[in-house]
Amino acid sequence: MKLSIDIRKRLGSFDLAMQSAIEGDHSGIFGASGSGKSTLVHMISGLMTPDSGELYLDETCLYSSHRRINLSPEKRRIAIVFQHARLFPHLGVKSNLLYGYKRCRPAERRIRPEAIIEVLNLGHLADRGVNKLSGGEKQRVALGRAVLANPRLLVMDEPLSALDDSLRYQIIPYLRRVNEEFALPYLFISHSITEMQLMTDQVMVVSQGRIEGISTPDQLARAGMASNPKGYLNLLRLKGTKERDGLFHCPWGSGELIISDGKSGEESLFELSSRDIILFKQHPEAISARNLLECQVAEMFDSDGRKGVVLQSGGKTLVAEIVRSAAKELSITPGTTLYAAIKASAFRRLG
Amino acid sequence: MNLSPEDITAIQLSLKIAITATMLSLPFGFATAWIMVFRHFRGKVLLEVLVNLPLTLPPVVIGYFLLLFFGRNGWGGAMLKAAGIDFIFTWKAAVVASATVGFPLLMRSIRLGMESIDRQLLQASRSLGATWYDTLFTVVLPLSFRGMIAGSSLMFARSLGEFGATIIVAGNIPGVTQTIPLAIYDYASSPTGTSMALSLCGVSVALSVIILLLHEVIGKRLETRREA
Repeated sequence: MKLSIDIRKRLGSFDLAMQSAIEGDHSGIFGASGSGKSTLVHMISGLMTPDSGELYLDETCLYSSHRRINLSPEKRRIAIVFQHARLFPHLGVKSNLLYGYKRCRPAERRIRPEAIIEVLNLGHLADRGVNKLSGGEKQRVALGRAVLANPRLLVMDEPLSALDDSLRYQIIPYLRRVNEEFALPYLFISHSITEMQLMTDQVMVVSQGRIEGISTPDQLARAGMASNPKGYLNLLRLKGTKERDGLFHCPWGSGELIISDGKSGEESLFELSSRDIILFKQHPEAISARNLLECQVAEMFDSDGRKGVVLQSGGKTLVAEIVRSAAKELSITPGTTLYAAIKASAFRRLG
Repeated sequence: MNLSPEDITAIQLSLKIAITATMLSLPFGFATAWIMVFRHFRGKVLLEVLVNLPLTLPPVVIGYFLLLFFGRNGWGGAMLKAAGIDFIFTWKAAVVASATVGFPLLMRSIRLGMESIDRQLLQASRSLGATWYDTLFTVVLPLSFRGMIAGSSLMFARSLGEFGATIIVAGNIPGVTQTIPLAIYDYASSPTGTSMALSLCGVSVALSVIILLLHEVIGKRLETRREA
């Protein structure tokens, strides 16, 4: 998927002028609320007309002011998942799911209803009214409805922002599973760096009606390390966890991690703040932290007076954060061998 | 309760006129409400005033305008004459009088219902591949049902009570254009008609109560269906 943007739009005192292109099937638009993300999404999907400019999706011209082209939303085939599911209240779950599917030309019906119902685990909901669903269930139905429209591009406009933390991370596996099964190009819109890290490969950064540039989610997370109250969040996907003496042992790279709040069996996602990693120059003899990893410094980066230390251990990567004076005192440079201590309770299970 | 055969005819005629006027107005009411809520164009305020004018004008004035328009020398009258249709002083004229007077009530109720529809539902529908008219019929129309029920019952009740405009364009001909209010008017002007007038008043009250009850029941049912 390649999206080329060159548009202008004035809305009252808000002036939007965006020019950029983003390529890749897992792209994101990142920006604070009020930055113009949603306006951009509306113009891409044809729900709002720019004042002037051009919009291309791959080779298709969606909008061009000088060629006088403005494809109607239904011809663009860009399905949207909204922040609040916006299911049709007068239809049941099944009719909601099939709304777009029925309007899709038979030749383009690549994704079948049975497949999506299974992937999103909607079987037991099919005969229910939509107002009897929980927030997470609604959002799953909305996702299914959009995917079943068999769109060229799936736009997810802050699909997780209305959900609370625990629900949010229950939906993410579904989003990933849909992506694995159906390989539908998507554009993920969010103001959360963590969601960007989990869902996208490259990100268009939007601020005050302008595109600041194309970045990767990792670069975004690194740049925001000092200003984010939680620092850089390392996201770890761990499976094969075994419980022993009240602690959870998870294989990780060539070693293992010891975690206090784990879950046996299934794959879980954990976050670890860069500020919860303590670095030692020499092997500390006795230490209360349950994890002590021998690592190599692969790379170092600056973020507003802080130093980010990219550590390699057993084939895996972690980012730790230290103040600049500590980096000097310990004379940490790329290639240095360090010991990283992490408390078992520092890992937060997301879902 | 004593109702003469003429009274029974008046009741039947009232119902026939009110039902026809409401049914005829529904599609126009829906269309006008849709234009008011979802379209942007110049002169919207003018249309707004024009459509709502019958709400504030005395019905007699409306009746008089209709008489001028559909009369022998009016545009409408000439067209109807060319088509060979007898209009003034028939039940059809009473339908048009009722429709004109009741239309704003119908349109305002539908409009209120439409305004409460979440715009993102329409956007979702469009982004899922529906054309604008597809969205109109599969999202806007079903979600306007409650407004249409409310508007229809208001308009139906208003039509049953229509007097001023009707008496001017349709007259007060027993068996032809005499509706319940016109019959009551006749009884009230004769010294012996008190009990007959009261009987028809009773019928009016009963009809109004039935309409209000029906409105409540259907509204509740739509609500529970939506929650199910």
